[in-house]
Amino acid sequence: MSRALRIGAGVAVAGAAVVLVLVLPHWLSDAKAAEFARAGCFFIAIVGLNLVTGYTGQISLGHGALMAVGAYTTAILTANHGFRDLWTIPLAGLVAMAAGFVVGLPARRLSGLYLALATFAFAVAMPALLKRFSGLTGGSEGINLFDKALNHSTGALGHVHVLGRTLATNDFLFYLTWGIGLVLAGAAWLLVRGRVGRAFRAVRDSEVAAASSGINTGLYKMLAFGISGFYAGVGGSLFVLVSNWFVSPTTFGFDKSLLLIVGAVVGGLGSLAGMALGALFIQFVPDWAADLSSAPGAPSVFFGAAIILVMILLPAGLGGLFRRLAEPLTRRL
Amino acid sequence: MIVAVDWAGVAQQVVSGLSSGGIYAMLAVALVLIYRATGVVNFAQGELAMFSTFVGWTLTQHGFAYWPAFLVTVLASFVGGIALERAVIRPVERASVLTIAIVTIGLFFVVNGAAFWIWSPEVKSMPNAFSTRPIRIAGVAFSISDLGIMGVSLLAVLVLWVFFRFTKLGLAMRAAALNPDSSRLTGIRVSWTIALGWGLATALGAVAGLMAAPPLGSFDQNFMQPILLYAFAGAVLGGIDSALGAVIGSLALGVFLNLLGTYVSWIGTDLRQAAALAVILVVLLVRPAGLLGTAVVRRV
Repeated sequence: MSRALRIGAGVAVAGAAVVLVLVLPHWLSDAKAAEFARAGCFFIAIVGLNLVTGYTGQISLGHGALMAVGAYTTAILTANHGFRDLWTIPLAGLVAMAAGFVVGLPARRLSGLYLALATFAFAVAMPALLKRFSGLTGGSEGINLFDKALNHSTGALGHVHVLGRTLATNDFLFYLTWGIGLVLAGAAWLLVRGRVGRAFRAVRDSEVAAASSGINTGLYKMLAFGISGFYAGVGGSLFVLVSNWFVSPTTFGFDKSLLLIVGAVVGGLGSLAGMALGALFIQFVPDWAADLSSAPGAPSVFFGAAIILVMILLPAGLGGLFRRLAEPLTRRL
Repeated sequence: MIVAVDWAGVAQQVVSGLSSGGIYAMLAVALVLIYRATGVVNFAQGELAMFSTFVGWTLTQHGFAYWPAFLVTVLASFVGGIALERAVIRPVERASVLTIAIVTIGLFFVVNGAAFWIWSPEVKSMPNAFSTRPIRIAGVAFSISDLGIMGVSLLAVLVLWVFFRFTKLGLAMRAAALNPDSSRLTGIRVSWTIALGWGLATALGAVAGLMAAPPLGSFDQNFMQPILLYAFAGAVLGGIDSALGAVIGSLALGVFLNLLGTYVSWIGTDLRQAAALAVILVVLLVRPAGLLGTAVVRRV
């Protein structure tokens, strides 16, 4: 495919995604819109994780904790410092970005599983730290913006007025998360196609070769973690809003980190449409599994089986299926 | 911050640390076994050990004494591990490492859920493997159970070492892990050596679980998760491709955790895991491939 065609295809996909996001809430019930909004938070975090794992080739087991940093930034600023919740979203991203750089620090020396352990340590430490510094974080009770800062929580009481229109809260949250998600996904798309993205992929394909071509591998790994932290922070910040303006240490246990990497790989690393499918997968499949049987443990069995099945049938993830289906078409172009 | 140190107390803590370290070591060696064969950390390793333990527990509920139940469970786990590899890992054998890792996460959910489904969420308790009496050595009272667990762990790892070092099958497995393509040319069935590795790892996990459960008093389906965490940390500390490193790393971690928990009280149980991992991180920053791991030399 020529360059122009590829960019054209990208624009077409992006346009289709925007239209889909705009019309979808009309077909969704209120409760479903909320669930989709939550999937939107996962989408943002997974797009960020994809930059680290898919493009730079470093496994992160700590992105749930980066989401926690974003979530708590939003909760603390809104509850204790009088910020309006929506304005804290970029701030949450920046704070989590700083945390991402810190998590990425060992990347200057470590690779592969050794680096994975560093991120893992961060994920395991996060809930304990949140409980420990209870003056700031509310301890294991968490922070409930509904009680503490109702007038700073957009849409907490039912409706939101935007651009002269009135939206139900959950529809608003849907547009908010997926709107931000699409913008950030677009930014990621541009990033990986530029100089930085090329460096990321060089590090992934061979650190030695990248280093001998003059790429500062440690720096780029750190950069990947930092940028990815921004995404996770924004996702975490939005996660507070879609979880009834509430956050607690158990919201972001180690299982969230695992869930995110499952979402990224099941969706298909390196494919943005796949990331959306991965986010929907980790949002909805556990619910479907719970609908199948309510016996203790049964939902977990079905969810795990679904993960294994997808991986066996589609080793490149759900996004890989898209690519395979589209190939007969795109080959002719 | 640090309470007065009495040396008998320290000795007791070290021994009890070595005993929990021995349990981490078995699971860590199981992780290393599978890592060397397939390049993957098996996230389900702890849950498989948990499942084995529950099988053993069921046997003890049906009239088996501890040790016969132990033997039957370990053998069944060996067979079960092989069957599991054939069923879920073999289909993704040629996929990327990350794909296989995600399959093991799926397996984690399945095994954990299945155990809740089969055995209901109430906590269980297991008969003791060793006498609960203390024994006096040089004036210091040690727990027989701690010493016994230490002995079993070392024995298990030793048996495995002898198998890999002195048998033809062990040699074949090492060859297959080192260079699958050349091994295939010499007639080794590489795919089956991976299955055998899973069998051995699962059996080793069963030993770890059956050793870990009785001293806990009561345990539920999540009891192996912190142990897997420490085993993973111990294996990485020692160098993820070195079994000896995994043993040393795990034992050191067990002792360190115990001393930390006893003598540095402000850390508390919540932060203990985090503190242990932080220390490991510092060690890794000094030695990026772990204590005994081989620094990978890559050709470009």
